Amino acid sequence: MWLSEKHEKFRMKIREFAESEIEPVSAQIDENAEFPHENIKKLGEMGIMGMVVPQEYGGTGDDMITYAIAVEELSRVCGSTGITVAAHNSLAVYPLFLFGNEKQKKKYVPPLARGEKLGAFGLTEPGAGSDAGATKTSAVLKGDHYLINGSKCFITNATVGETLVITARTDPGKGAKGISNFIIEKSMPGVKVGKKENKMGLRGSDTAELHFEDARVPRENLLGKEGEGFKQFLITLDGGRISIGAMALGIAQGAYEKSLKYAKERVQFGQPITNFQAIQWKLSDMATQIEAARHLIYAAAWLKDQGKPYIKESAMAKLYASEVGRWVTYQAIQILGGYGYLREYPVERYFRDIKLCEIGEGTSEIQKLVIAREILK
Amino acid sequence: MEFELNEDQRMFKEAAREFASERLAPLAQEFDEKEEIPQEIYKELSELGYLGMMLPEEYGGSGMDFLSYILVMEEFAKVCAALEISISVHNSLVCGAIYSFGTDEQKKKYLPRLAKGELFGAYSLTEPTAGTDAGSLKTTAILKGNHYVVNGTKTFVTNGGIADVVILFVLTNPEAKSRGISCLIMEKGFEGFNVGAKEKKMGIRGSDTRELSFEDCQVPKENLLGEENKGFKLALTLLEPSRTAVGAQSLGIAQAALDEAVKYSKERVQFGQPICNFQGIQFKLADMATKIDAARLLVYRAAFLHDKKVKCTREASMAKLYASEVANWVVNEAVQIHGGYGYMKEYAVERYFRDARVTEIYEGTSEVQRIVISRDLLK
Repeated sequence: MWLSEKHEKFRMKIREFAESEIEPVSAQIDENAEFPHENIKKLGEMGIMGMVVPQEYGGTGDDMITYAIAVEELSRVCGSTGITVAAHNSLAVYPLFLFGNEKQKKKYVPPLARGEKLGAFGLTEPGAGSDAGATKTSAVLKGDHYLINGSKCFITNATVGETLVITARTDPGKGAKGISNFIIEKSMPGVKVGKKENKMGLRGSDTAELHFEDARVPRENLLGKEGEGFKQFLITLDGGRISIGAMALGIAQGAYEKSLKYAKERVQFGQPITNFQAIQWKLSDMATQIEAARHLIYAAAWLKDQGKPYIKESAMAKLYASEVGRWVTYQAIQILGGYGYLREYPVERYFRDIKLCEIGEGTSEIQKLVIAREILK
Repeated sequence: MEFELNEDQRMFKEAAREFASERLAPLAQEFDEKEEIPQEIYKELSELGYLGMMLPEEYGGSGMDFLSYILVMEEFAKVCAALEISISVHNSLVCGAIYSFGTDEQKKKYLPRLAKGELFGAYSLTEPTAGTDAGSLKTTAILKGNHYVVNGTKTFVTNGGIADVVILFVLTNPEAKSRGISCLIMEKGFEGFNVGAKEKKMGIRGSDTRELSFEDCQVPKENLLGEENKGFKLALTLLEPSRTAVGAQSLGIAQAALDEAVKYSKERVQFGQPICNFQGIQFKLADMATKIDAARLLVYRAAFLHDKKVKCTREASMAKLYASEVANWVVNEAVQIHGGYGYMKEYAVERYFRDARVTEIYEGTSEVQRIVISRDLLK
């Protein structure tokens, strides 16, 4: 692989942390659906919460490949931690850095990048999922403030996040071009956290609704210009997809390793089950597909780092890694047999966790739309 | 070839559908969340004859043929796979075993009480080191005077914590390995019978899965089921109907997921129209329905052969293999169609997704089914 020594060193460092600090609690945070505050704090101290922004804004200024490795390694032991980090970096820190003016960046990015505060991105609404342009949340300018009204759902880090990037409609007549993004502080009047979601997997991550009832947001918290929100979130999601792909990759890698270890130890018919061709072929297919997914993800990250177009490639990477990843975790359970169905064994959790990767930040169906649009244009 | 159910079969199916949709459907999510099915449900099931479905009336049963039973299981699995597997084990593996292999005395002693729900049943073959390799049991039963002394540990026992009677496979002749396996009717009250903690599972959480262990547990000699050292063959014989039943469970889960997906796709508006208008969704639905139908035909064929008393080892394995794989494919697509909502416990497809996963594991993994099918092809 084309990874540099620096990348490999980073991988070893984050892996060691993940295995010693995160893995021991990953089953527990899943079972109790509790947010891993302690570990996120430690990750903040390590610079993992500001990987996508330069040092002058409190970040580490790492390249996209390094960031993908971080999400991959964290997800290898705990999907909930992986998605928390991915959503914070890709969906909150990154758009603030990319679209914010200097004043906004100075104010909001450093506390997030240092992990002192957590960020969330509010795009999805009950009536605007795949059709993200159908946003109903409205923002009406009254003097120096926008009054924001509406509801967002499935928002990662909604409860724990203090700095929110929210899409809202500033011009009802203009369709997608009437959408703008706002930087909203949780403490602003009229901002409320709604129902916490009870999810199939990633149960240690925080997913909830956000409600805005005449939320008063200062005019200077408009991100970029009015009407740029749709374009901004498309760009945000193009990058975010690489991290969701990396998350799927990490979960798949973890499940593969755990099933490989089990297969070597499990004796049936008087021999380790790795002696059987059916198991060998499964493991071969798992390893091959994981490697293919890894290359797609790093290639998309590399293109982004090089400033080259990567929309199609990031959609392909996310689509492929999440589908392959689900297949891999499925096979991992199959290799463990009955044990694979028990919550005592981590592959059970990996299977539930990875399913989200085919849904969040654009379902597989949406990735196919994006890819087709790029192919056909 | 006929593709019609007879009047009895239709009647059993309709009654089951009614009970399942009216009584069980509103509770299924709660069973899942609490990881328990309340005793009163089993009581109702017994009153309706669902605990002795295939037993003749003389034993207090409902006298269903096997296909009727399969239809009922499919209907139950549509709303609650956890309850379905619990009563499926009781009916086909416990009542079925005693009815097919029991002495008159054993039948009279156990069957009426099982059918009435006074006794509930479990079936226990798997051990920690004997899963797919079921012939490598370690639990021993050594005859001493009038009793077998049983020692060992069993795992993944469905109904383990709620069963009064366990169809238990043990080694009576350890040297002979799979030719030294016998089947005992174990009772919960026998001294030395220990029930382990309830397993925490991905799905079918309402069903009670446990480890059972036996320490010098004394079982009267007359509780031997079938012939001594012929237990492995007995286990294999029982697998035919039970695999077909898991096929029916898979079908039920898959059909329910499709029904939910169709409903949701008609209601969900994105891009200004119901998402069922999009070809991507239409083709998914078409594939789901086609595969479910193919699976249904395989399952019903295996049931039909079983009713005709035709050996159908291969057909039962094919039905189970195909239906369980289809079910898992279908539930995944159903979650996709629901998007983010499909990942939330508020929506039934989330549970179907977790429940379906076990159908490729128990009663022989898909890998075991492939071994059975290819062995039959190559013999």
